[in-house]
Order: sequence, then C-alpha cells, then structure tokens
Amino acid sequence: MKEPLIRIVKRDMSPIPHKILVRAIAIILALVVDALFIYFVTGLNPFSVYVVMFNGTFGNQMRILWALRDMVTLLGIGIALAPAFKMKFWNIGAEGQVLIGGLATALVMTYCGNTFSTPVLFILMVASAIIAGGVWGLIPAIFKSKWGTNETLFTLMMNYIAISFTSAATNYMRGQASSLGKLNMGTKAGWMPKVFGQAFNVNIIVVFALMVVMFIYLTYSKHGYEITVVGESENTALYAGINVTKVRIRTMIISGAICGLVGFLLVSGRDQTISTNTAGGNGFTAIIVAWLAKFNPFYMALIAALLTFLSKGAAEIASTYALNDFAADILTGIILFFILGSEFFINYKLIFRHKEVRG
Amino acid sequence: MIESLIAWILRAIPFGTIIMYGAMGEILTEKSGNLNLGVPGIMYLGGFAGFASSYYYEKLVPDPNGAVCVTLAIVCCLAASMLGGLIYSFLTITLRANQNVTGLALTIFGKGFANFFGAYILNGQSYTAAPLANSMFAHKIFPFADKAGVLGKTVFGYGFMVYAAIIMAIVMGIILSKTRVGLNLRAVGENPATADADAVSVNKYKYLATCIGAGISGLGGMYYVLDYNQGIWATTGQIEALGWLAVALVIFTTWKPVNAIWGAYLFGMFYWLYQFLPDIMGWKVASYVTDLIQMVPYVVTIIVLIVVSLRKKKENQPPESLGLSYFREDR
Repeated sequence: MKEPLIRIVKRDMSPIPHKILVRAIAIILALVVDALFIYFVTGLNPFSVYVVMFNGTFGNQMRILWALRDMVTLLGIGIALAPAFKMKFWNIGAEGQVLIGGLATALVMTYCGNTFSTPVLFILMVASAIIAGGVWGLIPAIFKSKWGTNETLFTLMMNYIAISFTSAATNYMRGQASSLGKLNMGTKAGWMPKVFGQAFNVNIIVVFALMVVMFIYLTYSKHGYEITVVGESENTALYAGINVTKVRIRTMIISGAICGLVGFLLVSGRDQTISTNTAGGNGFTAIIVAWLAKFNPFYMALIAALLTFLSKGAAEIASTYALNDFAADILTGIILFFILGSEFFINYKLIFRHKEVRG
Repeated sequence: MIESLIAWILRAIPFGTIIMYGAMGEILTEKSGNLNLGVPGIMYLGGFAGFASSYYYEKLVPDPNGAVCVTLAIVCCLAASMLGGLIYSFLTITLRANQNVTGLALTIFGKGFANFFGAYILNGQSYTAAPLANSMFAHKIFPFADKAGVLGKTVFGYGFMVYAAIIMAIVMGIILSKTRVGLNLRAVGENPATADADAVSVNKYKYLATCIGAGISGLGGMYYVLDYNQGIWATTGQIEALGWLAVALVIFTTWKPVNAIWGAYLFGMFYWLYQFLPDIMGWKVASYVTDLIQMVPYVVTIIVLIVVSLRKKKENQPPESLGLSYFREDR
C-alpha cells in the first residue's frame, strides 16, 4: 500500500515558542481576513478601519475604562467556567447562572433596599446572588452524577428557565410602567459605591482579584488537582481514590456561584437594573474564552481583551461609517474560527511523504 | 372556545415546522457524532439567504415568476447553510477543534452575518418584505382546504413546506433505520473506530451528514422568514431562540426523526400555551404569569432528558460518541 501524501501525527508536547507562533499566525491571518471582509463590504481602507477601531477602544481614558468594564464581564464568566470545563463538564449554562444571580441581587435591592443598612444589604445581595447561581449550577451536576444526564443540553435549557423567571420578575416589578428603569432611583440603595469615580471600577478590581485566586486554586490547590484528574480520566480519578461525584458537584457549585457573583456585579456595579439582556450573550462567548485559554485565567484575560477590542472597535466603525453593530459578531466569528483551527497545528504535526523522518 | 383551540393549532403547526426542520438537520448531524451547537447560526444563514435571494429577484427582475422565486430561495438557503455546516465540519472533523466551542462560534458568526447584511437590505427601515415569495410559500396546496371545515383548516390549510417536513421526517427515519447508509452513519456516531475497521469512511460520513444536516436546519430559518413571518425581514434575535428550541427538540425526539413530527407540533402548542390556554379556560392571567408559562417547553425538555437518562433504554440514548472528534491513531 502506498504511503499517503500527508500523515498526521499527534505531538506529545509543543514547545512554548511554537505555541505562541501558531496562535500569532492565526490571529494575524484572521485580522487579514477581517480586513478583507471590511474592504469588500464597505470599500473602506482596512488600515484606517483598524485605526478607527483602535481609537474606539483606547481613544481616551473613559473609553479604556468602558472597554475594561466589558472585558471583565467576559473574563469574570470565563473564570467561573474554567473549573467546570477543566473537569470536562460542559457548562453552557453560564448565561442563565449569571442572569439568575443578577435577578436575586435585583430582588434583594428592590424588596430589602429600605430595610437594611448598606453593609447588611450588600452582604444579602452577594449571598443571594452566589446561592442562586450556585443552585443553577448544582441542579444539572446532581443529575449528571446520579444518572449521567447530558449536562450540555441540561445547562442550555436552564438558561431559558432563568430568562423566563427574569422576564416575569421584571414584568412584575415594573407594574404599569413601560420599562423597569434603574432600581431604587431615589435612594440608590444597593448601588455599588463609586471607586475612582466609577461604580463599575469595583467590577474590574473584583474580577482581576478573582483571576489571580482562580489561577492559584486551579494550579496549586488540592481541589484544582482533583479537577484536573477528573477531567483527564474518571477512571484514573476513581483509582486514585478521588470521589468523582463530590468533586463534580463541588466544582459546579463553585462555577455557578461565581457566575452568580458576576450577575451581582453587573446589576449592582454596571446597570443598577435587571433585564433579560443583562448577561447579553457573554455567557456563551465566555465559553469560547475559557476554552481557547485552556482554562488559564491570565490567557483568558488576553482573549477577553481581544474580543472586547473587536466588539468595541466594530461599534466604533458602525457609528463612524453608519454601519451596524453586527459587524462585531462577524469579525469575532472569523477570529474564533481561525484560533480554533490553529489548535490543530499545536496538537498535531503533518508529515509529508518525501520528508519522512526515519526513527 | 373552539375558535381559540383552532387558532392555537393554526399557530402551533407552522411554528412546529420551523423547529422541525432545525431538529431534523441536527438529528442527522448528531447521528454522525457531531453535536453542532451552531444550529441557530445556520438557521440565520439559511433564513437570510432565502430572504435576500427572493427579495432581490423580486426587485430586480421585471416580471418575477413564483416558481423561480421559490426555487431560487431554496437553493440559496441550502447553499448558505451548507457552507455554514462546511465551516463547522472542516474545523471539527479535519482540524479536530472542539465541537461545542466551534458550534457556538458559528452561532455568533451566523447571527452577525444575517443581521449585518440584513441591515443593508433594510436600508434604515425597520422591516422589509418579499411578498411574492411569501405568497408562494404560504399558498395552501390543498384546494379543498377552505371547504372542508375545521379539519380542512387545521390539517390541510398550510403551505407546502409543512407537508414537505413531514415527508422528510418519514424518509429520514426509514433511511436511518432500514438502509445500509443509515446503519453506517449510526455506526460512525456510536463508535467510529469500529465503523472505521469495517471500512466505513468515517470522515466522509461525518462531513456529508453535517453539511446535509445544516442544509435541512437552514430550511427552518427560511421557512420562518418567508412563510411564518409573512416574508418579512427585520433585525431579529428571534431565530436564535428558535435554533436553541430546535436543539431541545432533538432531545425530545430521542434522536428519531419520526418523533420530530408530533414533537414539533407539541412544542408549538407549548410555546403558544401562554397566549391560548388562558383564553380557552377563560382565565384572567397577569402578564408576568404568561412570562412564566413560556418556560414550559424547556422544562418539558429537561424532564425528557432526565427520564431518558434514568430509563437507560439503549435505543433512546444520544449517539455514544456524540461530541468527540475521531482520530484513528488515538485508539
């Protein structure tokens, strides 16, 4: 039998420079394709478009802060998902976990806003958000552990239940008004205090702190080790005496709880209100962020920054050239396709027939 | 009361047809072991391509012909959605990228693509229409439908895509369970290594099933725009919700196309429950309660998912290797 022209061989371990090179090439190629797309669709010079995008993201201090605010939303959810995915538990329910956490926060703000002093109120808000998100993560984990119920589809459905609860609650809270508006507009009870001039600066600080904590948790703690082993092979975990059910349930509570916490940050720190768009698709995009970063929180920050740049930049192009915001989704999609595809060249190598290495 | 029930059915069956196409495409895809979460994106691509082609045909051709318009819409819809499927296939099958992540990226891409180019057609308006395509798609194919009373109205009173979906589900069911090709495809989804050893070309089956499946899912998006939504295109997030509902329906059918027929209509009934049930029962329901009723289809899906995993009946399970990419040398 003739040897095929190209053979594919799995790499054991890619050297780090090779990994960086492959990813850099992928991103550059994607930016080139994005530029071509912009050129053919709009006829605009791609370079000036990138300049506009850059200014839209980093143009002045306020824009940088806004970009950071959006980036930490994505990053925060990515951090929440990392332990679950590392355990190979496909939690695609972040959207719902964030939303239900945000909803719990909003309910506490609305119905306890005038009853408690500020510190107690904040403790209640955070606790209810964490519990709500944790429960949303826990339910699919229990069924997965007991009966092997498919978690990808279960968590996906949980998103819609959260949306339904949120729209019912907002509908109830707004009463006859056409929209809910900001909660506690008069008293500002439960509004995140301003730090360095902005309430959402707290979000930025909290998420960056979480990033470091999650890195340490996953890399150096016993829990992190157990998560890694369960993710690599459940049988190995059983053999090593790890209680897989316990690890799975504990990790999903943590994952859901951090999502809930992000929901709290969004409601109290960013929006001061709740709607079915509070998570705004970030729950899905964060899955991609966590996966591409191979669950390393620091890489996640880089990828979240790249995606935020694209969406902020595309919004800027949209307003400058009278296009629409959906350009951001196309540009993001193209970049993701390239990065996803490039993983292949990190994990495998191609061997051509003539250049065969004898060994 | 009977009037409300009829109105409910008249709403539920076309609604069910949208997600029936979406789910049938995804069943075919999942049978090959590919869990494509790009269904919403693919339905956007198909819906937009179908709309855009008929819109421009009606606008640019002086004397547009209905049959040509329909053919053009279907061909463009299939081409666009199969291209979406091809991107997914190339990334997950050839480059072995993670299926869930690739699917989600495809959903983002498809939604952006349709709404971005859709805005060009809208050109500042909030909506725009393709009336000829709509009249062709919505045309009742049974001439006696209007004369046959309630039965005629509820069973025979729809456009051709409704009946095409039923036929497609039956044909697909037969192919999957009774033919060599179907057997091979299921083998690829259950255990690709065994199929490979049996000289079944795993990659070929995965590519074809995923791309054809994407084409079928895309038809759901086209049916939504050109028939269900009366040929109207507007910037929308609705197709995304429909796409996820189609993914849910796949579970509900326990991966059997024939179940998609009644499952889809039942989902349609569930989905519109909030509007018609209070009418029929004569209840006065506050609007926030109707928001809660809207979760019914998803709760039912979760219950089915749990029951299926509880009973562990072999024929109701997802394909064994669903979500995993295949590398021969990994064995």
